[in-house]
Amino acid sequence: MAQANGAPQPGAAPSQLCVFKLVLLGSGSVGKSSLALRFVKDDFKSILPTVGCAFFTKVVEMGTASLKFEIWDTAGQEKYHSVCHLYFRGANAALLVYDITSKDSFGKAQQWLKDLEKEFSPGEVVVMLVGNKTDLGQEREVTFEDGKEFAESHNLLFMETSAKLNHQVTEAFGAIARELLQREERKENQPPPRGDARLALGQRLAGRANCCAR
Amino acid sequence: MEAGGDTAAPAPGDSEDLEDTQSPREEAGDSGGVHEDPPDPRDEGLEETGSETKDQPPGLLSALPQPEAPSCTSQLWDPAASENNPLGDPESGSGGQGGDPSDEDWRSKRKHVFVLSEAGKPIYSRYGSVEALSTTMGVMTALVSFVQSAGDAIRAIYAEDHKLVFLQQGPLLLVAVSRTPQSAAQLRGELLAVHAQIVSTLTRASVARIFARKQNYDLRRLLAGSERTLDRLLDSVERDPGALLLGAVRCVPLARPLRDALGALLRRCTAPGLALSVLAVGGQLVTAAQERTVLAECRLDPADLQLLLNWVGAPAFAAGEAWAPVCLPRFNPDGFFYAYVARLDATPVCLLLLSTDPEAFHDMATCRRLVEDGMHTLGAMRALGEAVSFSVVPSASAPAYSVQAVGASGLRHFLYKPLDIPDHHRQLPQFTSPELEAPYSSEEERQRLSDLYHRLHARLHSTSRPLRLIYHVAEKETLLAWVTSKFELYTCLSPLVTKAGAILVVTKLLRWVKKEEDRLFIRYPPKYSTPPAAPAASTDQASHNGLFPGP
Repeated sequence: MAQANGAPQPGAAPSQLCVFKLVLLGSGSVGKSSLALRFVKDDFKSILPTVGCAFFTKVVEMGTASLKFEIWDTAGQEKYHSVCHLYFRGANAALLVYDITSKDSFGKAQQWLKDLEKEFSPGEVVVMLVGNKTDLGQEREVTFEDGKEFAESHNLLFMETSAKLNHQVTEAFGAIARELLQREERKENQPPPRGDARLALGQRLAGRANCCAR
Repeated sequence: MEAGGDTAAPAPGDSEDLEDTQSPREEAGDSGGVHEDPPDPRDEGLEETGSETKDQPPGLLSALPQPEAPSCTSQLWDPAASENNPLGDPESGSGGQGGDPSDEDWRSKRKHVFVLSEAGKPIYSRYGSVEALSTTMGVMTALVSFVQSAGDAIRAIYAEDHKLVFLQQGPLLLVAVSRTPQSAAQLRGELLAVHAQIVSTLTRASVARIFARKQNYDLRRLLAGSERTLDRLLDSVERDPGALLLGAVRCVPLARPLRDALGALLRRCTAPGLALSVLAVGGQLVTAAQERTVLAECRLDPADLQLLLNWVGAPAFAAGEAWAPVCLPRFNPDGFFYAYVARLDATPVCLLLLSTDPEAFHDMATCRRLVEDGMHTLGAMRALGEAVSFSVVPSASAPAYSVQAVGASGLRHFLYKPLDIPDHHRQLPQFTSPELEAPYSSEEERQRLSDLYHRLHARLHSTSRPLRLIYHVAEKETLLAWVTSKFELYTCLSPLVTKAGAILVVTKLLRWVKKEEDRLFIRYPPKYSTPPAAPAASTDQASHNGLFPGP
């Protein structure tokens, strides 16, 4: 497991098995663990707040290639924020999750994007913005357009899901898997992997104080 | 009786001996507050119970017979009677209700626990919403600072049937307001456990740092998600009083060869930075192994271990493998360990690995696979599974045994804590008790039994007049509590038992424990695997714990 941090493992199986590290980020009770549970075990139950970080693996078949996700489901609670860098170090993909019934969680997701930008160089990590809980449409506070607009302006993938109703969950992870595999191919075809700056590093947020320093 | 002379059984069957031990107690009885040995049902203890009854919601009144009624013994533990009684269920209705101090429901709780900051900012309340309680908490702060201004510290207030206990821990103030029969010392123990729980998620140093920087900081932001853990901790006092009361951990009953093999397995499966490995089921200890190089010469404190056992028992750990920082308050309140927690093979068997290295997740995961493989080779999963399913109560997920196993009729329940474990200096305090069966299957009956145990414990450990032996005839049961140099024992017996009969039962129980002690307790703790070398690695954790760096 030492070589786990995202590097494609050569020759593990005849059909090459790439390992990708994916982190779920977002504020408390937006449904990060529920998304993970739905994707990994196709299950839904009310879950207590995650402690620290939960780790799952799931192998996804994508046509000829199969790919293994190592999913780090982080706790949304503020007390764990400052240790989160431990979890997203070396990540290949990040899911920024917010709750469509909470404007606040949408703002937090944008905050998480800034944290990611501090940690990674552009294009290093595939980022998807996920608006969860579409089953609670009548309490919606963040419109689909708001989410989409923000995602497009920052070059993020975007999707709205419901872990409860199993709506678009597999699709969201699938889209990430596709994007990751495409990037792998591009990397193989053209050695210097430049040019596709997925993650717009808008401004350098130097020396931002940590969460509780306010 | 013949077993009396040697290690575990201090002449248990000798009734004369028992009378001897009793005599100091009888002197104490003169003081009036003692409620043991009462042929008179109106002794002090019962009067107290009566007055408490009046404070309960009306539902309880109907279930509890008046203490004066002498003829009701036969229906007393009729389970139907207690089930029909829809008592306002103090446990389940937590948190939801308003918490306005004028709210009847809120007022009717037997025990409140509050945590607030020195500035009077509410942090936690067992019942009700913290916001609605800010005035109440303001009063508490005023009380504390008033006494403080006189250069003194407030410890407790006794007001009729209520006890208010105050505990200041750094910038945090903890308050218990209780009309349970718990003593102030016992309540203080609970508050300390609550504080330890808070420290284990945040560390004492960061709590101090936060409030040093901003006196009116709202700590609830950082404790979000931990309130349920505190709720569970406080509820456990009434559901299953042993651990906190005796300051000991409960072990899964297991044949000694298997436990030894598992201990050896844990010691074999090491990784760099691994400080402690614990195997547990349902909050009970199977075995633990400590790495000498990390926890050099430092005995793991039972309070820390109990905290870890409660923590890994949380439903939040049910899925996947978890990796989280955790602080062991007794070991080092200012530093973090990193805990790897996983259920093995999707069973309730839980492995906890504590590492000093925040990056060691994958090493720990490898270590888990080694343990898993080793357990398969040993066939331990099946054996542990049997231990769990060997429960009379079908819903119990924790390993348990029935009191029937003792084979002493009239014995209903007991708590036994051995004090004569070999290798004591390296040993963890442990206790054992059977599962609570009828008549103690309902919430309120358990609470009542817990109250009785607390009363007895407070008498045995009274600072002014400690007792060694108490024989107490209560209205629905007879209790016998006994502390010697070799054990501390609380038994709950049928109310019809005679004194001689009780002695016989206790004798049987002590023989049984002696016979089963290898199975009930970890008697020979695993030796350390690594030789004593290298200084402790965990001293500088505060520096790299990651949380709350300075501005």
